Amino acid sequence: MLWLFALIAGVLFGLYYGLAALGLNLIFGVMRMVNLAHGDVIMLGGFAAVLLFDRFGVNPLVTVLLVIPPSLLVGYLTYYLLGRRVQRSRDPEMMSLVMFFGVSQVIEAVAVIAFGNNEASITSAVFGARPFSIAGQGVPGAWLVSAGVGLVALLLLFLYLYRTSLGRATRAIMSSPDEARAVGVNPDRISALTFGIGVGLAAIAGILSLFMIGGTTPSEGVDLTVTAFAVIVLGGLGSPMGTFLGGIVFGLALMFTQTFAPAWSGFAPFAILLAIMLLRPTGLLGRTVRSV
Amino acid sequence: MSSIAQRLRAGAGAVGRRPRRQVVGDVLLVVVPPAGFLVASLVYNNQLLLLTMMVYVALAQGLNVIFGFTGYLPFGYVGFFGAGAYGTALSVHFLHAPIALAILLGGLAGLLVAALLSPLLRLTGAYFAIASLAAAEALYYLISNPQLTAVTNGPYGVNLASVYNSGAAYLAAVVLVGVAMLCVVWVRRSHFGMALRAIRADPLAARLAGVNVVRARTIAWLISATLAGLAGAIYAWAVSVFYPEAVFDLSISVFAIVFALFGGVGTVLGPLLGAVILYGVYNYIGVSQPQDFQLIYGVLIVLIVLFLPNGLLSIRLRRLWRGR
Repeated sequence: MLWLFALIAGVLFGLYYGLAALGLNLIFGVMRMVNLAHGDVIMLGGFAAVLLFDRFGVNPLVTVLLVIPPSLLVGYLTYYLLGRRVQRSRDPEMMSLVMFFGVSQVIEAVAVIAFGNNEASITSAVFGARPFSIAGQGVPGAWLVSAGVGLVALLLLFLYLYRTSLGRATRAIMSSPDEARAVGVNPDRISALTFGIGVGLAAIAGILSLFMIGGTTPSEGVDLTVTAFAVIVLGGLGSPMGTFLGGIVFGLALMFTQTFAPAWSGFAPFAILLAIMLLRPTGLLGRTVRSV
Repeated sequence: MSSIAQRLRAGAGAVGRRPRRQVVGDVLLVVVPPAGFLVASLVYNNQLLLLTMMVYVALAQGLNVIFGFTGYLPFGYVGFFGAGAYGTALSVHFLHAPIALAILLGGLAGLLVAALLSPLLRLTGAYFAIASLAAAEALYYLISNPQLTAVTNGPYGVNLASVYNSGAAYLAAVVLVGVAMLCVVWVRRSHFGMALRAIRADPLAARLAGVNVVRARTIAWLISATLAGLAGAIYAWAVSVFYPEAVFDLSISVFAIVFALFGGVGTVLGPLLGAVILYGVYNYIGVSQPQDFQLIYGVLIVLIVLFLPNGLLSIRLRRLWRGR
């Protein structure tokens, strides 16, 4: 029943990958900016959980709540200090890509100086030592917790976007910034708030990444950003809900190749990504982007 | 639209009868940088550092051809570099090609990978950037696959010690710098470069003015990839022992992008200056404290984008305009 395990693990990892990519996609959807420091924020989230657990014995699930206020603040300030200026440049999409690479380098360097170059981790026994049984397959409790947190985050984001006035303003900016401005939406305020939410989602994903992909190191940011990119392109850029579909496709592809062709597990997700981009460049649920 | 057509025609005409000063300037732009590197090797004894700097000059200029003149930013640019390195290594191992031919075959490998990936040019903006990154990652995982050890030696890397010759590799890199400068000068001055700039300004108008948009972009893409392939080939020869993760390292793409941007994309001199200055600073600081260097470098990148988005060369122009 290997395939059943791969199926279950693929869906659980997919929900985690969806969460890990959600913030990146939300920021892109609203600001048309690519936050290349996304993976480094995930890394910082992991370190926050490890430090709080080691020093004060804080349960990682509590840390999930604790990282939200500082993330909102950091994201808010980042937008006003860096994002707004680059958004008004000649080529915001490309310039933001390069600028946030710089930010990513700074975060990585500061993390090495602060935490050293060692791996930091929390024992997965925090979420129960015995595996849970789903359809006869043993699944670690931490995987279920991560998938659950991913689902809750998706639900809250959905409620925010579709049931609040701020969310409506956010969607207005996503579909047409000029028209949104014309009807009185303040794009700076919405963008800053969105940046905060995006950073917060990344930090939460970082806490869970301790249990899904193992311990965290300062240099893992770039790999995480690349993975998050792959996921959001699968689901469609600028489509937050599609991100979870992309995550599940990515998770399934990863788990099935890891189970049946471990030598190809690195190659397969990117090959699938390329195939989807060439056959359906808008992603699975995305909007039209093709031109000329 | 008609004005673009006129400019195109005027541009084509201008190629034929250009002022002598400009021709002399162009020749100097192609000849002086390689000559400078030749002289530098006599004065400064860290040849591998200079060679790596030349490789980055070629990469920054290659990136300039595609990014500076068409606006397409390939984040996976390193894929062509890696393809060139492996193309050369495999030519030496399996075809027993002489090294000069093997390096040309490395450039050909970059060209072929680019031809294979040319459908990616249908995408735009961040989509294109990310798709090219995915392509480079896929190529890396394909080459480092343990099941392909018989062909590529998988994750265990390649050894070119049998053809190692540091002096000749240095000369090859000097030639490469000349070729890269020549490509950019040609793109900058030719009818073809004018067409690229017209496409960048307004693809639809350019097409109406009779420019074959798809063909022009594809040619720029192939030139850019061939330069990266040659750079990878010469780098592979110079270091002679390397692992797949070293020649498919994403930071190679990013360095090329940052060097080109720092100097100024779309210019002839900018990427050269960017690579020489920033790679020089990199090594000056990087030798003592890697993370301090990374911190300074990161801050520098942010500052460039915020305050000098058009690169170093724009400072000079701005001052000239103010003077008038």
